[in-house]
Amino acid sequence: MKYQVDEKGYYGEFGGAWIPEMMYTNIEELKNRYLEIIGSEEFKSEFDQLLKDYVGRPSPLYFAGRLSEHYGTKIYLKREDLNHTGSHKLNNTIGQILLAEKLGKKRIIAETGAGQHGVATATVCALKGLQCVVYMGALDVSRQAPNVKKMKMLGAEVVPVHSGNKTLKDATNEAMRDWINNPEDTHYIIGSVVGPHPYPDMVARFQSVISKEMKSQLLEQTGSELPTRVLACVGGGSNAAGAFYHFLDDEQVELIGVEAAGKGVDTEETAATLTVGSPGVLHAAKTMLMQNADGQITEPYSISAGLDYPGIGPLHAHLHKTGRAKFLAATDEEVLQSVLLLTQKEGIIPALESAHALAALDKIKMKPDDVNVINLSGSGNKDMETYLNYFGY
Amino acid sequence: MNRINKLFETKKQNILSVYFTAGFPNLNDTVEIIQELEKNGVDLIEIGIPFSDPTADGPTIQKSSETALKNGMNLNLLFEQLKDIRKSVNIPLILMGYINPVYQYGIDRFCEKCAEIGIDGTILPDLPLDEFESHYKAFYDKNNLHNILLITPQTSEARIRQIDEISGGFIYMVSSASTTGAGKKVEDFHQDYFERIQNMQLKNPRLIGFGISDRATFGNACKYANGAIIGSAFVNAVSSSTDLKTGIKVFVENIIQPD
Ligand SMILES: Cc1ncc(COP(=O)(O)O)c(C=O)c1O
Repeated sequence: MKYQVDEKGYYGEFGGAWIPEMMYTNIEELKNRYLEIIGSEEFKSEFDQLLKDYVGRPSPLYFAGRLSEHYGTKIYLKREDLNHTGSHKLNNTIGQILLAEKLGKKRIIAETGAGQHGVATATVCALKGLQCVVYMGALDVSRQAPNVKKMKMLGAEVVPVHSGNKTLKDATNEAMRDWINNPEDTHYIIGSVVGPHPYPDMVARFQSVISKEMKSQLLEQTGSELPTRVLACVGGGSNAAGAFYHFLDDEQVELIGVEAAGKGVDTEETAATLTVGSPGVLHAAKTMLMQNADGQITEPYSISAGLDYPGIGPLHAHLHKTGRAKFLAATDEEVLQSVLLLTQKEGIIPALESAHALAALDKIKMKPDDVNVINLSGSGNKDMETYLNYFGY
Repeated sequence: MNRINKLFETKKQNILSVYFTAGFPNLNDTVEIIQELEKNGVDLIEIGIPFSDPTADGPTIQKSSETALKNGMNLNLLFEQLKDIRKSVNIPLILMGYINPVYQYGIDRFCEKCAEIGIDGTILPDLPLDEFESHYKAFYDKNNLHNILLITPQTSEARIRQIDEISGGFIYMVSSASTTGAGKKVEDFHQDYFERIQNMQLKNPRLIGFGISDRATFGNACKYANGAIIGSAFVNAVSSSTDLKTGIKVFVENIIQPD
């Protein structure tokens, strides 16, 4: 229980609900009802059923033999890339769409960066026949054209956001503004463990299926449900939260989050929030932020649109502060090499985001008998253009 | 006595409060805008501290904030610009903005600085009631500052009572469920919400804001509260006027001059 949220929505000093009064009624409703709803037998059976038959869970835990040989240790990949729509994002949107239904909401809004969360949201809205509006930075709209088309084909309206740097942070601002303007019938499906309480806890719970499955799969394959370490990439931190969740109190399991260093943590072009950031309030949570001395949020950079965020979920800020998890950062260059390595050693093309976790294998000491579990959060299909341009195939 | 309280003691109706973004349209317009607003009969001024991510604001204040930041505005500079403001200006002054720049400045230092300059209160929409009460209020009280809290059409009666209890200056009634922005008409406002709040007999005076932009919407709001707040419409006016003094004069006259 040491790493769970408290009743005020805090993980240690991080979290809370720093919302304007205009959002109070909606957040209060969520806060008062989410535990009761997601704990109900009816919800659990619907959620589990959809995870199984629609998402395709459990996702395999795959022993990556040739990659293990390369690094002289044991490496397992949790294959979230094999989920429907190609990433872990659907675990959360399934949970939230069921919750929105129980709350009687008719309209769904979401923000998206790479478009993976947007696609996962548009998908569940199609599944449930609910209206869907996705906010996306205008720059990301042009960078991630295939996902924009997918969302539209799924019936969602994609609204390009022209404010700020026209990326994920700005899309999140605009989604919050939409919610302020539509307080009655709308549910906001946040795509990561960020935003005001109860979102970080709620999204972590929906993603926690990842580590729950890891435990039983590890027991079956290695004879112990506890690995030596778990590694995951961290943007807002939802796939990492899901991968860490059931290991948080097993203190002997090393937890490693990997942020996007971009062009390097000592350059201006980075998204490694925990390395370069400081505490502050953004998107209604107190957490670690990239900001200048005046408290203005600075623009992050990463080759991966899904990690291009100047904040981090409050859970991770707390895990960092307490030392329960270790956080590393991988550069664009290192990540691209890891993409190629996994592709040619295992025949799996990972998402740019997920490859940050792979890149950490070059940065840590591993013993031959160590059991390393990497959360492969998504598939590289969406990144093919970047890969083809970079590698020149 | 805090100037906000003094104002509401002497004037009960048709109070006009105007918001502008510090550092917009030009970095050094701050003092002139304040002086001109007072000269033309405005009762209270909200000085906007620009923030990179103003989630409660519509397009007009988003843009003015962005420009102000590009112009180089920050909290240190704003305090520097305002340091002699009480030599020329008597009406209450409120700082309005988001919590993060204030948090980085340090809440104790911030409150002391406000008191030193002669600022009377703040409006920080993303500083919620419970955080304010448990971690901030003591600093406000020590420096004779009011933190103005918001209510909306969705705020429950119990919560309005709680906000009324803790408020000291006035209550900011958000006109309808929305971000800031001009362009609303009288028909867009829920008169039943205005009436419901009016009938609650709150101990604090009330100003209505968000979407108040002209004589008609101002006049309507004044029927249900002690006055109203104009923000985006004024920001639009100063951004399009070639001469600041004339622009401000014409704008304020259009709102408050008797027919
Ligand atoms: C495949 C994949 N992994 C990771 C992320 C980052 O999000 P989070 O840190 O919430 O897992 C994204 C975001 O778009 C993603 O698409």
